[in-house]
Amino acid sequence: MKAKVHVTLKPGVLDPQGKAVHHALESLGFAGIGGVRQGKYIELDVAETDPAKAKVQVEEMCKKLLANTVIENFAIDLEG
Amino acid sequence: MKSAVIVFPGSNCDRDAAVAITRVTGHAPRMIWHRDADLPDLDLIVVPGGFSYGDYLRSGAMAAHSPIMAAVKAKADKGVRVLGICNGFQVLTEAGLLPGALMRNQSLSFICRDVLLRVETSNSDFTSGYNAGQVVRIPVAHHDGCFFADEATLDRLEDEDRVAFRYCDAQGNPADAANPNGSRRNIAGILNPGRNVLGMMPHPERLADPLLGGTDGAPMFRALAAALS
Amino acid sequence: MSEPAITPEIVAEHGLSPDEYDRVLSIMGRAPNITELGIFSVMWSEHCSYKSSKKWLKTLPTKAPWVICGPGENAGVVDIGDGQAAIFKMESHNHPSFIEPYQGAATGVGGILRDVFTMGARPVANLNALRFGAPDHPKTRHLVAGVVAGIGGYGNCVGVPTVGGEVEFHPSYNGNILVNAMTIGIADTDKIFYSEASGVGNPVVYVGSKTGRDGIHGATMASAEFSEDSEEKRPTVQVGDPFTEKLLIEACLELMATDAIVAIQDMGAAGLTSSSFEMASKGGLGVEIDLDRVPVRETGMTPYEIMLSESQERMLMVLEPGKEDVAKAVFDKWELDFSIIGRLTDTGRMVLTMGGKTVADLPIDPLAQAAPEYDRPWTPGKKLPEIAAAEVPERPWGEALLTLVGGPQGSSRRWVWEQYDHMVMGDTVGRPGGDAALVRIHGTKKGLAATSDVTPRYVVADAHQGGRQAVAEAWRNLTAVGATPLAITDNMNFGNPERPAIMGQFVEAIKGMGEACIALDFPVVSGNVSLYNETNGEAILPTPTIGAIGLMPDVEQSVGIGFAAPGQALLLIGPEGSWLGQSWYLAQVANRAEGAPPPVDLAAERRNGDFVRGLIRVGKVSACHDLSDGGLLVAVAEMAMASGIGADVSAQGPHLHAALFGEDQGRYVLAADEAEAAGILAAAAAAGVPARRLGTTGGDALSVNGKDAVKVADLTAAHQGWFPAFMG
Repeated sequence: MKAKVHVTLKPGVLDPQGKAVHHALESLGFAGIGGVRQGKYIELDVAETDPAKAKVQVEEMCKKLLANTVIENFAIDLEG
Repeated sequence: MKSAVIVFPGSNCDRDAAVAITRVTGHAPRMIWHRDADLPDLDLIVVPGGFSYGDYLRSGAMAAHSPIMAAVKAKADKGVRVLGICNGFQVLTEAGLLPGALMRNQSLSFICRDVLLRVETSNSDFTSGYNAGQVVRIPVAHHDGCFFADEATLDRLEDEDRVAFRYCDAQGNPADAANPNGSRRNIAGILNPGRNVLGMMPHPERLADPLLGGTDGAPMFRALAAALS
Repeated sequence: MSEPAITPEIVAEHGLSPDEYDRVLSIMGRAPNITELGIFSVMWSEHCSYKSSKKWLKTLPTKAPWVICGPGENAGVVDIGDGQAAIFKMESHNHPSFIEPYQGAATGVGGILRDVFTMGARPVANLNALRFGAPDHPKTRHLVAGVVAGIGGYGNCVGVPTVGGEVEFHPSYNGNILVNAMTIGIADTDKIFYSEASGVGNPVVYVGSKTGRDGIHGATMASAEFSEDSEEKRPTVQVGDPFTEKLLIEACLELMATDAIVAIQDMGAAGLTSSSFEMASKGGLGVEIDLDRVPVRETGMTPYEIMLSESQERMLMVLEPGKEDVAKAVFDKWELDFSIIGRLTDTGRMVLTMGGKTVADLPIDPLAQAAPEYDRPWTPGKKLPEIAAAEVPERPWGEALLTLVGGPQGSSRRWVWEQYDHMVMGDTVGRPGGDAALVRIHGTKKGLAATSDVTPRYVVADAHQGGRQAVAEAWRNLTAVGATPLAITDNMNFGNPERPAIMGQFVEAIKGMGEACIALDFPVVSGNVSLYNETNGEAILPTPTIGAIGLMPDVEQSVGIGFAAPGQALLLIGPEGSWLGQSWYLAQVANRAEGAPPPVDLAAERRNGDFVRGLIRVGKVSACHDLSDGGLLVAVAEMAMASGIGADVSAQGPHLHAALFGEDQGRYVLAADEAEAAGILAAAAAAGVPARRLGTTGGDALSVNGKDAVKVADLTAAHQGWFPAFMG
């Protein structure tokens, strides 16, 4: 099945890239943007077919490698 | 002093570190390829600068989980000195040997220049060749050097005298303008609780030869050799 | 899958003229299929065949006793003594960088690195010459940011220091920026690798990254004029992977230390086609390739796509028979793809198979021999009048100086080179910002000096003098740090050669360059041509970028531009300033880009330079700077800013602005201990070198004839301020 992982910076951690994107959007004339936070999106094809087991597996992957839990949160969507 | 430099695919300051150590101490370190799971008997392990595994995903993340780092951790637990420079610092934080994380520079740009550092403590084998409060000039060369940790961690680092270097101005003040990357509290290098692991973004190995423009990096290697011989 | 029929439209899309297609038909004896047409197209593109430029490039001097290998290989090779050679080349990546600045510039760096390590050299330094449109053009900032980040992103990761280069702005580059990247490497003279294949039956091996659909038709794109819709061509731009390049460098150098390799060639423009073709062609052999064995990244790739892909970080090698396992073990260690894709034959043909079927079969030698070569019509440029100093209004010199050192052309490039790791590898003795970068040859006391130079506004005004000046300035910059100039690589960036006026610029620039090369013993050992740099008929300034290297026997003898101390004697070597035509002063202070550029007296250039180098080598000089853009006062100001020490200089002549800002050639400013000054002047007189006492260093300001001091701190603020403010 397919696992979609979103890695985002924790609230309170400064995100200079998001800030730069925010600034650039405003200078392009897009008004009314409250804030921009930049993250990563990772797609995995996993062999495991049981959603519960797959979720545990991918959570492990996130904690061990895909996210740095000092500064980042992650969210997992499973499909298929 | 028996020393070694770990070489990951994508390391590129491994030779520079070996040259500086050899030049200052007279003893050449061993170069250890990342796939060698066993480490020999050692006094000092250097995790060098570069772009291990391309720094893809996050700087230092993939190297931190390579087999050799488990061996480095085991050595560190036994008190072997471990020095992480630049990408090596990123690897040590990702591997959990040091707290915090190194994030994208606040300017968003790679930055290569000499910076001034205030030596915060001389109480370690890495920094005993300097005086606390001394200002030294050492180059940085990084894209992800902004040190981040939560307030509690930062307080603990300071309370336990584990901040080794801070970015400062010529007078030794940790001013905002002297902070090249936005690091919290101008922190450039930190020690672990056992004081046998140091991670720092600046490159002491790059200024240990007068022909290259300075020698403020040399006392670190001299002090390590003196303490570990 | 059915292949498209070859129609006149498809032929035209492949950049082949009807005449050229007729030649294809006669060589093949039949209509080519689409794969074969693609191969003809890239091999006969301007980029690969040099069809417009070959006639003139052949006239450049390429030999000297220290030249081991001149143009025609991946890079030039010169002997630097002690069994070592310097291998270097400069190459353009102009069109890709305009379309996608980060990846275009990054892959430009990757490509030139491969040209150098392909020959067995470890790359030790990168330089790059960048030219952008007007600062106020809406695209310029975006392009500067992307190109600089791309060069840094690639070079920093690979771990080769970027030690020098140039950045210039001019509206003629609005639609066609120039990204010229240069790499220098060091090899042992008995371990230099060439691309000539030999040994019928020897295996042909593919190593590096997998092949994808990127960059298909990059070589033909680099040989066509831009139109407004070129930005739609974005998908053809390649993506660089510097991590893989770093592994490829280490793996290739490790294998080169064995005796497994017969020949090696990187897959650059036109990828697998040009690399396999050139290796076989040089060896007078044939080659068979099984395209099913080419490592691919995407499914369903056609023979056409595989042969024309410009995926990066790939190499092609011919191995000694029986060495396949040795080679495979090295590439396995570095986790790089390794595949035996074919073998050399004695048929003289390139035969490609896929799925057991022959998908292309063409003769190698006839295709190479019949590559078009044009003697394009050209018209000489009009001579422009000399501008008399008396007719140029004078502004107060302090105000003029601040304008020049704090403006787009003259301001510090620190913002750029601080994004490049210029210290990695631990041998950068002369960091960016001086006349020439200086890199110690690892493990020795010797050094290589390197620079890149050209003054396009001189070339457009008088291509012949401009060509001479570009070579002379490169020679002068190497001399100014104390190095013996060795050889150059030329990167010829011009407009559409089918226009006689543009072809005239090319021809006259080459003539001027050749004269300077001969007079200065400074041969051309490698080069690259980039034509069709125009958009909607607007051509760039003709820009023959000269990359040059020199040898420093002992890096401790070299000098920089910063004053060593207060109280030093300042000396001017060479004539007084007089020439304001095409000068910075005329353009930026008087707002007139006019007149004939300064002439270059090559005999004087040589005499003055040899004198200065001799003084530096015996330790008589504490600082040295050549005089170029902005003339005397800009040079002295740069020396002051580099050290934070001021100076007073005396200026003579009927027109102060011409004396201070004239761009007369063949000149240097030296600083020396007071006790040495008289001796140097006497030696100059004896050698027939014009020289005079210029002034004395000291204080915190710059003054002329003791008056009108400008604080060095104010100059520095203006000089350092422009670029960061511009980039925001």
